[in-house]
Amino acid sequence: MNQTATMTANPVAERIGQFAASFHPIKVLKNLLVPFIAMMVFLLLWSAGASQVQTSLGVFPGPAKVWEQSLSLWQEHQAERVKEAAFYERLQKRVDKAIAAGKPQEKIDRIKSRKYTGKETFIDQIFTSLITVATGFLVASLIAIPLGIIIGMNQTLYSAFNPIIQLLKPVSPLAWLPLVTMVVSAVYVSNDPMFSKSFLTSAITVTLCCLWPTILNTAVGVAGVDKDLINVSRVLRLGWLTKTVKIVLPSSIPMMFTGLRLSLGIGWMVLIAAEMLAQNPGLGKFVWDEFQNGSSNSLARIMVAVIAIGFIGFLLDRAMLTLQKIFSWDKNAILR
Amino acid sequence: MNQYLEISHVGITFPTDNGPLTVLDGVDLKLAQGEFVSLIGHSGCGKSTVLNIVAGLLNATEGGVVLEGKEVDEPGPDRAVVFQHHSLMPWLSVYDNVRLAVDQVFKKNKTKQERHEWTLHNLELVHMTHALDRKPDEISGGMKQRVGIARALAMEPKVLLMDEPFGALDSLTRTHMQDSLMEIQANLNNTVIMITHDVDEAVLLSDRIVMMTNGPNARVGEILDIDLPRPRERLALAENPTYNHYRAEVVRFLHERHLQKEQRDSHDENNEGSLSSPETAEPDEQVKGAKPATSVRLAS
Ligand SMILES: Nc1ncnc2c1ncn2[C@@H]1O[C@H](COP(=O)(O)OP(=O)(O)OP(=O)(O)O)[C@@H](O)[C@H]1O
Ligand SMILES: [Mg+2]
Repeated sequence: MNQTATMTANPVAERIGQFAASFHPIKVLKNLLVPFIAMMVFLLLWSAGASQVQTSLGVFPGPAKVWEQSLSLWQEHQAERVKEAAFYERLQKRVDKAIAAGKPQEKIDRIKSRKYTGKETFIDQIFTSLITVATGFLVASLIAIPLGIIIGMNQTLYSAFNPIIQLLKPVSPLAWLPLVTMVVSAVYVSNDPMFSKSFLTSAITVTLCCLWPTILNTAVGVAGVDKDLINVSRVLRLGWLTKTVKIVLPSSIPMMFTGLRLSLGIGWMVLIAAEMLAQNPGLGKFVWDEFQNGSSNSLARIMVAVIAIGFIGFLLDRAMLTLQKIFSWDKNAILR
Repeated sequence: MNQYLEISHVGITFPTDNGPLTVLDGVDLKLAQGEFVSLIGHSGCGKSTVLNIVAGLLNATEGGVVLEGKEVDEPGPDRAVVFQHHSLMPWLSVYDNVRLAVDQVFKKNKTKQERHEWTLHNLELVHMTHALDRKPDEISGGMKQRVGIARALAMEPKVLLMDEPFGALDSLTRTHMQDSLMEIQANLNNTVIMITHDVDEAVLLSDRIVMMTNGPNARVGEILDIDLPRPRERLALAENPTYNHYRAEVVRFLHERHLQKEQRDSHDENNEGSLSSPETAEPDEQVKGAKPATSVRLAS
């Protein structure tokens, strides 16, 4: 009894004990084992549940079927790459032949300029999606950060913009999409387009949904600079520009990154929906095409896409978190 | 006594939800150059407000502050402030925090090399040259406060304003900081106004202790001249009867104010209560009988 009394009376010793215990082999095993068991249970439940669901395209795919399809998607990708390599090899041969035959440069160039136009594989579509979301997110950030700074520094501007932002923030990407599509088709007319319209539509829709968290968080960060720090800048008589660059901006960086991270998360979610409707050749289109296709493998392939979307979203978030940890001075902020 | 800094008839009224609140009413204080004055008084009486008015961070509604014959109307590096919570830029290193101030204040009349040396010199004064590259998060509370003081000193201020500079520190660290401050003060002979809640600190460091009455409508209650020779030695003073007398004076003043405050608070409470329940009227009378609240206010 005395023993327990001293144990609880000394929280520091207790804390040290807990810390030491965290390196205990059993603890380590536990840390790995628990998520592993949870995953197994999840797969089992999925497998059992899926077999009960009968759809017009057959039984809902279980983990085994999905795994099989992911392998097959990978093989399709590899096969496509082999075909592509073969195409360029043939092309090179023809170019060589043309040069040997002394054909004019113009003709050689025409042969050279031919591009392989094979089917987009799942992996290609992932990259298309990543590029689209990156474009939309980048454009949004380039607009949102300066705007957030300006709004945050000026109370009048903040009260002017705040209702507009609050109104636009909850708008679903699906509502923006038709408008964006029409505007893009009307405005973006070019014979030799640098970007496809579907790409632009998707990227702009992502931008529209990515703007708000960054604007708001940046503004809040800028407006919430510690009053003492502002007083320091007043005592030093810092000019407006110096104050902004040396005090306001650095101090709002943690909030800015919080906004950027939220925005990227939203952007990735929005992108899939946008691609489905805009037919941008990314993951969204993949899901849509498989749905339309309606083969016996479709549901399993869609499940592969679902898992890929989740996993990539997770990786994007981790990447932003790492950036945030590097750039943010506020090392004590709880980031997860 | 030459008047270096003069706070004359300073009053300030804040608009609040319950109507205007006159926090200070006729604060008068004159400081000679090189004088170290402590401001002491109960929490919320308006000490920080006085300091902020001198700093120029707040504008007095009445009266004003004159420094070296010029009226103070905006903040400036000639009145450097050391804040209670260090207020260092968390993203800048110790060196850069001080350098920011040095660069700003001496951008015209010191070369880059001179500014570098001046930054180091001031960090040396507070014994912080061993941690130049560390961020505020990576040093202790006492060290942060040292850097804050170095930054203020580096501005070469005419007046150094300190708002409870050691209030957030543990007592051992505080002791060290007080000794450091005395040492710096002996060398530089700054004009200082320091707010403190610590009676020993006030007596040990000050040439004069200014005791403020309770707010609202606070002003200077009593001024105590501390006539102890310098350098002062904390251990020797503990036995010194004069020191203990000064100490007792400050404690007495604060205690009296405390009683007044309690009485007024209970008086106010009972007034509110008496509207709904007449039973509370009796204890109310007793308190009033012991020491009428009105006369208490007049006494201050
Ligand atoms: N901007 C303001 N608006 C309204 N009231 C204020 C404002 N600033 C200060 N006050 C009031 O003035 C009074 C004095 O505040 P001040 O911070 O100067 O007290 P203090 O003596 O420094 O107290 P402490 O010892 O707790 O630091 C308080 O009652 C406070 O509520
Ligand atoms: Mg205060």
